[in-house]
Amino acid sequence: MAILDTRMECCPREELEQLQLERLQSVLNRVYKNVAFYRGLFDARSIVPEDVCAIADFQKLPFTTRADLAANYPYGMFAVPLREVVRIHTVTDTTDTPTVVGYSAHDLRIWAGLVARFLSAADVTRDDVIQISFRYGLFSGAFGLHQGAEQIGASVIPASSEHTDRQIRIMQDYRTSVLVSTPSFALLLADRMEALGIDPKRLVLKRGLFGGEIWSEATRSRIEQRLLIETFDNYGVSELMGPGIAGECRERSGLHICEDHILPEIIDPQTGDALPAGRTGELVLTTLSREAFPLVRYRTGDLASLTYEPCACGRTLARMSRVERRLDDIIIVKGINIVPQQIEKILTDIEGVEPVYRVIVERDGNRDRLTLHAAVSEHVFFDEIKHHAAFAERLRTELSRRLGLRVEVKLMEKRTLDRELETGPRVVDTRTL
Amino acid sequence: MLRLQNIHTGYGDIAVLKNISLHVSRGEIVTLIGANGAGKTTLLNTICGLVRARSGSIVYNDRPVTDCSADQIVRLGISQVPEGRQIFAPLSVLDNLRLGAYTRAREWGKKKVQERIEQMYALFPRLQERAQQYAGTLSGGEQQMLAIARALMADPCLLVLDEPSMGLAPLVIAEIFKAVARLRDERKTTIFLVEQNARTALKYADRGYVIETGKIMLEGRSDDLLNNREVQRAYLGRQKQPIWE
Repeated sequence: MAILDTRMECCPREELEQLQLERLQSVLNRVYKNVAFYRGLFDARSIVPEDVCAIADFQKLPFTTRADLAANYPYGMFAVPLREVVRIHTVTDTTDTPTVVGYSAHDLRIWAGLVARFLSAADVTRDDVIQISFRYGLFSGAFGLHQGAEQIGASVIPASSEHTDRQIRIMQDYRTSVLVSTPSFALLLADRMEALGIDPKRLVLKRGLFGGEIWSEATRSRIEQRLLIETFDNYGVSELMGPGIAGECRERSGLHICEDHILPEIIDPQTGDALPAGRTGELVLTTLSREAFPLVRYRTGDLASLTYEPCACGRTLARMSRVERRLDDIIIVKGINIVPQQIEKILTDIEGVEPVYRVIVERDGNRDRLTLHAAVSEHVFFDEIKHHAAFAERLRTELSRRLGLRVEVKLMEKRTLDRELETGPRVVDTRTL
Repeated sequence: MLRLQNIHTGYGDIAVLKNISLHVSRGEIVTLIGANGAGKTTLLNTICGLVRARSGSIVYNDRPVTDCSADQIVRLGISQVPEGRQIFAPLSVLDNLRLGAYTRAREWGKKKVQERIEQMYALFPRLQERAQQYAGTLSGGEQQMLAIARALMADPCLLVLDEPSMGLAPLVIAEIFKAVARLRDERKTTIFLVEQNARTALKYADRGYVIETGKIMLEGRSDDLLNNREVQRAYLGRQKQPIWE
């Protein structure tokens, strides 16, 4: 169990909190001076940065939301002139306006160091061959992992979004020992290897670090069983920097947040009030060292809880629970709140169905209709049509019973659905509410 | 070792320090850099009990010292080397050193004070050569050495220096800073120094804070600050050019 930066990762809480206060105050001074948006925000509430003497004062400051970032597209939130920015990433999602995220040279160094921390926590060393199967592009994920792994000295393969077969070939021939990808890609690899008759026992692969999407414990054990690897979760927010915000240690009892660079809070998403440790709410993050793109109280939309209890691994950094759902993924149909995770759980419970699915919500006249596109393993799909229909019926009954509303089910080939999920969101809500 | 939280200090109606929080850990060299009038000296004087903080707290070795008087603070182990050296010009070098041990003399006795003076001579051999000379006749660099030695006479755990490079030639500055680094390496003295000469200060310090009009704008490892463009522009003389905006 390697701890990369013992001084910071095992720092006594009192010292850490002093450092957080110092950095927080200097961040507030900087954003007030350099970012018109924040100055306006503070001025509108007659707050000056020097009023913030403690975390309680800080919590009187307003939040920064995705809408604020969109309103300041492209460079409005930058705290340094563009010529100090050495990297620009873009976060795109379902909204029209992407978020442009800048990094100074210092930001890139810090970022690499934070990624290196969670890689080390997962026992990645210079002896590892690490295959990064995140797409390299505007999105920051692949680059963050890449820099962190290079800092550790591991041999990095930027496999990016190469074709699955090619990825498998690389994995075999280059003797990849660590896979970095989305959890769904790991399952896709497992499927493909099964189809090609490749035995995962013959791979050198030892560990997988997955991120970029929400994955349940059920998915985790499925990946572990199918690829015969240990898996580690890590957490990133592209608007802040990408991966490197938090990562699991070997204890796998929550993700250690790099609190010397990121200040976490949990709030009640409805009222905005701070919630105490242990309570689940929306994760709100503040950057403590970012130069180019500082964010104050950014609402991540992810639901998690925090614990400040020391971890058995020796780290004193707070841990966040694994993010198992997002705030904006909650679907309300006919007054019933549905979280995709519930659906995932039901699908997992019913044998033979990989938890690969998509939820479509439509409005038909005045009636809302929820359709589930679920992927089925090959043997179900190619069975007789009668069995196929019976299976769909079983899913429909079970879902309707457990969710408390009528659900249409459409069974699809896994590959088709994977493609859909690659290009679109998991939940498609076409209703105009 | 030293921990400041939310320090506000001012003179009359003028607020000088606005919500300063910083810390110095044992064995560190930490520097505070900033322009003229940013509040650097006020901050040192607040730490040393010469100026009262309006609010906030100063904790030294887990003990609150916000309301301690200057002499109490010296007894607790914080010695200041004041800006512009402030040596006693009409006194000999030796007498200046003896005065540095003023707060300890009774408890130590003559013998220990003498031992301490010998240690200072070992650190700055030049002072021994000039022991009987009036301090006012020393060169600028020698006066700075004397000021540091005088502060060290009280056997501080934390040495606070205010602009040690002021008015000195580059070669002499290097000599002074090397002596300061040696103090930390050999005698484990913790050092907090305030400087306008940001480049030299950051070269020898482990960490630094940047103060601007009474507010801390940046905190970081010295090499990170040296590479920071804003610091380079404002304090390291990198040419300022109109850009963007």
